[in-house]
Order: sequence, then structure tokens, then C-alpha cells
Amino acid sequence: MSNTRSLDRKSAVPAVVGNPDDFLIICGLAGASKDIAHLTNDGDNIFTMAGAMGGATAMGLGLALSRPDKKVLVVTGDGELLMNVGTLATVGILKPANLSILCVDNGHYGETGYQESHTQRGVDLNLIAQGSAIPITRTIDSEDQISEARQLLRDSNGASFILLRVNTEPPPSIKRSMDATERKIAFRKALLGNA
Amino acid sequence: MTSEYGGQETWQKDLYKLLRSNEVELFCYVPDGGHKTLINESIADPKVISVPLTTEEEGVAMCAGAHLGGTKSVLLMQSSGVGNCVNMFALLKNGQFPFVTIVTMRGEFGEMNPWQVPMGQGVQPIVEAMGMHCLRAETPEEVSTTTQAALDMAYKSNQSVAVLLTQKLIGAKPF
Repeated sequence: MSNTRSLDRKSAVPAVVGNPDDFLIICGLAGASKDIAHLTNDGDNIFTMAGAMGGATAMGLGLALSRPDKKVLVVTGDGELLMNVGTLATVGILKPANLSILCVDNGHYGETGYQESHTQRGVDLNLIAQGSAIPITRTIDSEDQISEARQLLRDSNGASFILLRVNTEPPPSIKRSMDATERKIAFRKALLGNA
Repeated sequence: MTSEYGGQETWQKDLYKLLRSNEVELFCYVPDGGHKTLINESIADPKVISVPLTTEEEGVAMCAGAHLGGTKSVLLMQSSGVGNCVNMFALLKNGQFPFVTIVTMRGEFGEMNPWQVPMGQGVQPIVEAMGMHCLRAETPEEVSTTTQAALDMAYKSNQSVAVLLTQKLIGAKPF
């Protein structure tokens, strides 16, 4: 594995995600939520967090199991995923074909002062995803791999995991709603009508 | 087979029927002797999804995600698992997610394993401190009525509820 972190998340995340309307999206706290809130203007097909660290992948898994008719994307960071990395094993035994996970790995805890995370010190979340029996896994660290990643997120041949290695440039600034109840209601109304 | 502690098989099967009649379709669990019948019923039922977890807090977030999609769910765990969930309960409170967990209790009535006592004693104060309701079932007759109350509170009033299957109900485990 190369150790380059040359991609900037502000361009790489939108390029990998493509049209966000193709997905229901669950975002882990901090940078990943800002990336996707900015991309969608805090859309009703996304549920972002500013806490509950370690819960994004499991929340996306619950949504994917509930809605096999929809493509579900989890966007999270290396720190958020490391807090509950066992969830990859739960994804791996179920392998929901409509679930994709995009881990934006900048090797640091950006919200708390850019302390190094375990991935900056040799831990490879892509190998952990492979070892967790997730059928499709890739590490993306250069521009020429992005179109393949965008396609993999959309394929429905099995659950997929994309590790997007980026530099430490900050996520975009976005004023997003922190009211989880309001966002839950909006998400459900958009998906389910008035259920 | 006779359950190894407590004569629980009959009321556990009734409890499973109650959950299914309330359209619960996602069962998340960490393996547990007290929930054995309920877990096996969910595994054998082709109409539900039964998910073993690596840690109970996964189940909290999974149930919230399932609600976003319109699916009713339940998290089955032992009292020790409540401690693994605490920060994830914030997701439920912040989002006013309906949530039902059924907790088999250790560390109380007749406990013979001292390692179970601290977390068993912590369950109710912790659950209530996180803004959830805590309902206790002490007899087989109370299991269904208490669980139905929890499901109504969750799915009609957007509440988070822990149903405690007490050690008086399930018996003290001899190990």
C-alpha cells in the first residue's frame, strides 16, 4: 500500500459519491457529515451526526436491511469507524447488496486538533474490511481510481467498502441542522411519505 | 430441551408471538442464555431478519437506522450489554427514536457470579439517566403486558423503553 495522502476531501468525496440523490446516506460525526451536508445542502436523503461516535455503519446497516429496494451509503471517517470497527464484521456476515461504506481516511482526528489516528500509524481499515468478509473492498488514493470507486459504490453485487485516503485539508464549512429529531422526520417524510 | 435456568420456554415463545403480532421484523442480539428461545425463534422465522452483533451498541444504532426505513425492531441483550450502549443512547434521545430493548437481568435476585453484580445494579439508573423508560417484568404473566406497553410507548409515543426481564423471573444462573 502506498502511503500517499494527496487527495483533498473537498474534491475527492464529491467525485467518488457522484450524484448523492442515488443514495440514502448515513454520515458519521464531524468531517464526513460536513462533506455530505455540503454536497447535498443538508438534504432530506441524508442523516448526519455530531455525536454517537461509532454508530454510523450500524445505523446504515439497519437502514439497508429495512430498505433493500434502496441503495444505502455510509460515509464516515477513520476515527469514527475505529471506535466500532467490529461493525464491519456484522456487515460482513450479512453482506447486504444495497449497502456501501465510504471511509474518508485522513489519518487524523480533525475535530479535536488533528491528533494522529491509528491509520496514520500503520493500521489498514481496508484490510480489516477484507478480513471482515465484506465482499468488495478497495483503497483509493489517486485521481485515476476515482471513477472505479464511484461505480463500485453503485454496484449491487454485494456490500462494498471504499477506503478513500485523503490529506489533512479540512472538510467544507456548512451550517447544517443539529436537530436530529427534525432531520429524522424530514428523512422519513421524504422516504415514506407521512408514515 | 428444558432450559438450563428458569422455566422460560413457554413465555418466551408467547413473547416472540407478541413481537411478531406487533410487526417487529428486525431482531438484533448478542447471544444470551436468558434470550435463547427468543433468539432461536427469530433465527428460524424466514419473515424476520435476525442479526448477531459484536457489541450491543451496534444494535442501538441499527434499530434507529431501521426506523428511518420504516421497520420495527427490538434489541435483545443481557444487563451487562446496557453498559456498552450508553453513549449510543444519545442518538435515541436526540432523535426521539422509538426504541425497545428487552434486557435479561443478572446481578440481582439470587446472583451467584459477583462479576455480574456491578452492571446489573447499574442498569436501571443508567437507562433512566439517558432519558429512557425502564419497565420491569417480575412474573411470566407480566412479560407480555409489559412488552406490549413498551411497544406502544415506543411506536405510538416515540419513546425509548427498556423492558427488564428480572432475575426473579428468569432465575439465577448457576454459573
